[in-house]
Amino acid sequence: MLTTADLDTLLLTFQVASIATVLMLLFGTPLAWWLARTRSGWKGIINAVVALPLVLPPTVLGFYLLVLMGPAGVVGQFTQWLGIGTLPFTFAGLIVASVLYSLPFVVQPLQTAFAAIGERPLEAAATLRASPLDTFFSVVVPLAKPGFMTATILGFAHTVGEFGVVLLVGGNIPDKTRVVSVQIYNHVEALEYNEAHWLAGGLLVFSFSVLLVLYTALKSQPAAHPLK
Amino acid sequence: MTNILARFRLDYGDFKLDVDLQLPATGITVLFGHSGSGKTTLLRCIAGLQHAPQGFLEINGKVWQDSDRGVFLPTHKRPLGYVFQEANLFPHLTVSENLQYGLKRIKSNSGTVKLDQTLELLGIANLLDRRPENLSGGERQRVAIARALALNPEILLMDEPLASLDFKRKQEILPFLSRLHEQLAIPVLYVTHSQQEVAQLADFLVIMEEGQALATGSLSETLSRIDLPLAQDKQAATVWQVTIAEQETDYQLTRVAFAGYPLSLPMVDAAIGTPLRLQIYARDVSIVLEAPTATSILNALPATISGIADDHSGQCVVSVLVGKQPLLAHITRKSVLLLGLQVGMAVYVQIKGTSILN
Repeated sequence: MLTTADLDTLLLTFQVASIATVLMLLFGTPLAWWLARTRSGWKGIINAVVALPLVLPPTVLGFYLLVLMGPAGVVGQFTQWLGIGTLPFTFAGLIVASVLYSLPFVVQPLQTAFAAIGERPLEAAATLRASPLDTFFSVVVPLAKPGFMTATILGFAHTVGEFGVVLLVGGNIPDKTRVVSVQIYNHVEALEYNEAHWLAGGLLVFSFSVLLVLYTALKSQPAAHPLK
Repeated sequence: MTNILARFRLDYGDFKLDVDLQLPATGITVLFGHSGSGKTTLLRCIAGLQHAPQGFLEINGKVWQDSDRGVFLPTHKRPLGYVFQEANLFPHLTVSENLQYGLKRIKSNSGTVKLDQTLELLGIANLLDRRPENLSGGERQRVAIARALALNPEILLMDEPLASLDFKRKQEILPFLSRLHEQLAIPVLYVTHSQQEVAQLADFLVIMEEGQALATGSLSETLSRIDLPLAQDKQAATVWQVTIAEQETDYQLTRVAFAGYPLSLPMVDAAIGTPLRLQIYARDVSIVLEAPTATSILNALPATISGIADDHSGQCVVSVLVGKQPLLAHITRKSVLLLGLQVGMAVYVQIKGTSILN
């Protein structure tokens, strides 16, 4: 059965993933919009940077975040100057790492959805007196709904499933940074296979259910086809 | 009445637009030209969808763009209606919601056009709850026109609204556009490459070629200019506005009054006084030197030759004036020489056939 410690890690994981997903949508939406529409020369570079976590071993990202956010790192010195200390091995640090690590899973579906909308609905809205911001919320968001669903669910699920970055940046501190994936590792290390099964199996079922719901919902969505 | 001043210059390297136009702010002005002539770009500049770096645009006394003073009203602040080549309805909204989209965003609906009237005019009142994906191409385009009209725009811009439709759908919408023309006071700028749509809809014509306005003027004036390629075309025609004067039921004919002369047409079932738009192809017009007496052609009118274009192909384009109304005739070069036709000569024109456009 699940122990109290296990339940604590589940709760913490849920908190981290929820907060990180909200932040990723907040930052990722304008970023994806810019990437989908810009003709700037920076597009390639920014695209590559956002996509890096897809190909890098999580430990590499975790390692550099640890160095950057540590007492001697640029970010670390900045946060110390702000008077909030350093981020590694804190809840906030874990959030920052999670956001950076899972961002491509939010940005890429949004970027694809935005690009598929094209110019025409935006022009139609402009000729119907809608300002660019108005157009974004009244036309782009509804048309990109499948993209937002995919982004939200993939971002959340991927944050739940991270391990390497969390271990390096967050450490293994109960109630602060110990999330499910780390707890499974703890159980296995301690040869508590039974407990590990509960968590690992739970995560497996969770991930499968989430993806099943996502793909079922997307299938019944009217495709985000261009304007009729 | 000149209420639209449009001056634009832009340079995309392989495409340049350079126009300086004064257009009437009444009726339908057609921007006509082949693809790549710049007619759509011009319309987009007027809408503000494209930002010409050098431009001046004034509509009914209001300046929408003046690049010298750094004025550029973004599209959503311009009181216009725009109908795209594709209907561009929002797929996530019903027909009714599409119609309301713009309506909700204008300050007050104080204009003359009421939504009910538009719905009826365009025959879409029964489609309100449908989604765009469940409409035919013609229905979608009619909804798009209604959506633009619902805003009570000061000017309606239409970019080849019929080009993406097949012949049948075109015939379905053209009558609506004609009715629109008759019933609403909104000036329309209409882009097309179809001579048929020009003949059917235009009051004023701008002929575009390679980013420039080759000619501007009233429809009949521009169609009959023999220096323009349009007059050389096999489909060259002039359009006359006439009114029904008499019904000759015995002969199944309708007599119309035109420039003080009677003209017989195949029976038109409409009341006396009804205005008709008459298209006369240049190939259906022949020229005789004296009033014809023994001929099966009913319509022979006195005219004065106003121009002869001879491109040495064997065919000549002759323009004549009937009263003050211009008419084109395509005749052989041999006929011109044998009859000794010259500008200023008094002749008779015989009209073999006409078609009624409304």
